[in-house]
Amino acid sequence: MVTTTGYDELPGLIARMTGDEKHSVAAESTLDVLWVLYDRVLRIAPDTANQARRDRFLLSKGHGPMAFYAVLAAKGFLTESELDGWAGRDSRLGMHPDRTRVPGAEISSGSLGHGLPIAVGTALGLRAQRLPSKVVVLVGDAELDEGSNEEAIAFAGRAGLDRLTTVVVDNASATHGWPGGIAARFEVEGWATRTVNGRDHGALYGAFTTEHPGRPLAVVATVEPKE
Amino acid sequence: MNMRDGFLSTIDKALDVDPRIAVVLADISAAQLDGAHARHPNRVLNLGIREQLMVSVTGGLALSGMRPVVHTFSSFLVERPFEQIKLDLVHQGTGAVLVSYGGSYDMPTAGRTHQSPGDVALIDSLPGWTVHVPGHPDEAERLLLESLPGNANVYLRLSAQENRSPHLGVGFRQLRRGRSGVVVAVGPVLDRVLAATANTDVTVLYASTIRPFDAAGLRAAVDAAAPDVVLVEPYLAGTSAHAVAEALRGVRHRLLSLGTTRDSEVRIYGEPEDHDVAHGLDEGGIAAAVKTFLDG
Repeated sequence: MVTTTGYDELPGLIARMTGDEKHSVAAESTLDVLWVLYDRVLRIAPDTANQARRDRFLLSKGHGPMAFYAVLAAKGFLTESELDGWAGRDSRLGMHPDRTRVPGAEISSGSLGHGLPIAVGTALGLRAQRLPSKVVVLVGDAELDEGSNEEAIAFAGRAGLDRLTTVVVDNASATHGWPGGIAARFEVEGWATRTVNGRDHGALYGAFTTEHPGRPLAVVATVEPKE
Repeated sequence: MNMRDGFLSTIDKALDVDPRIAVVLADISAAQLDGAHARHPNRVLNLGIREQLMVSVTGGLALSGMRPVVHTFSSFLVERPFEQIKLDLVHQGTGAVLVSYGGSYDMPTAGRTHQSPGDVALIDSLPGWTVHVPGHPDEAERLLLESLPGNANVYLRLSAQENRSPHLGVGFRQLRRGRSGVVVAVGPVLDRVLAATANTDVTVLYASTIRPFDAAGLRAAVDAAAPDVVLVEPYLAGTSAHAVAEALRGVRHRLLSLGTTRDSEVRIYGEPEDHDVAHGLDEGGIAAAVKTFLDG
């Protein structure tokens, strides 16, 4: 059966986890990015989730995974009912995702600064195997404080990893900020970059489908500052 | 050919026959693999001096279906990116072959920054690892080739220190039989242990693979000799003491653990042999410790 769950139903799915019916979409900084990726950009589905040629989405910013779980449920990786008991003893859905337990989760995350470096390795592995898959990794602007990201950004640029996209969800939560903007940090290392409104589905789709031959792509998705 | 050159030569050839293999480097040993890189530019990956990235990339390669082999000095392979080993390999449920060089103090003039006697203890804090500590280049080559198939996590600890002859095989090899106790030698300390115990009535066991720990082999040797065990490891003293305790759980026994000292940093330079003496891992130091223990 084809799932008919749409974007408008995501707040209801998230509310199953928060228990808060008034929980706003704006509280989930990653929700629109995740929806556009899973709905329109990535070739990922439950029935092809083990195929070598699938696209890969790596949630590096593992905290606050409610939007991720809601999108996975909307796309049929999870049943909606299992959102209710999340993070409980009998749930496979933790406050940080575990790839060995959550269908559709490509990596286990939680400790910051691991997803982008892993994504570089996955992109290198797909290149070595001549597989056409895309690798998209989501990081937060505060997560970029972790120096491990700098190692990955520099190397991916030199290696010309054109299957790799990093999306930085920027809610201005980095303690010391990024003077000059986040995109500049990627540009100087040879990445193609786009900075867009992280709530604008059309702009996000346009950014994710930008041609970037010979270079990795960084999409900075700007959302409301974290309160 | 020493263990490091043997590794580079063997992996160079393995790249030609197994398309799953990818070698990940952080400048160390990269020049020696220039030829392999020219033949396999997408599978010989020198990341520059980026050791956190080196291990994370290894995890990503493994997740994509490759069999990564990652190599640098032990301090920069295990200690610096330890969380990457814990999370980007073990916690992801994937595996790689980690090949270190440098032992505990193979580069003594370089000082503490290039010494990592705690590497095996750190790896041992994680589940599911095979740990090889070869004592001869022939052992190292065999253990590498055995590690390449599959997806398991393997730590292959190469050293400049080596024994005169190889002892191939799985588990503890009984090289000498005695009655008053059992001395366990791991990897490159074997020749020193054999010399130190030449006039002592002890069983000498040897292992180049210390995880998994051959509990049955140790128990059988103890049953045939006496429940006094001396463990001699070329890294942090007592690293395998818990494995000995578990193997002899039902036996009243005594254990002496020899290895690099836990008490202080050894801030000398000189030769590896000078560090052997400083840690009591030279022939004389081992002989004195074994005698005192068995007489005690």
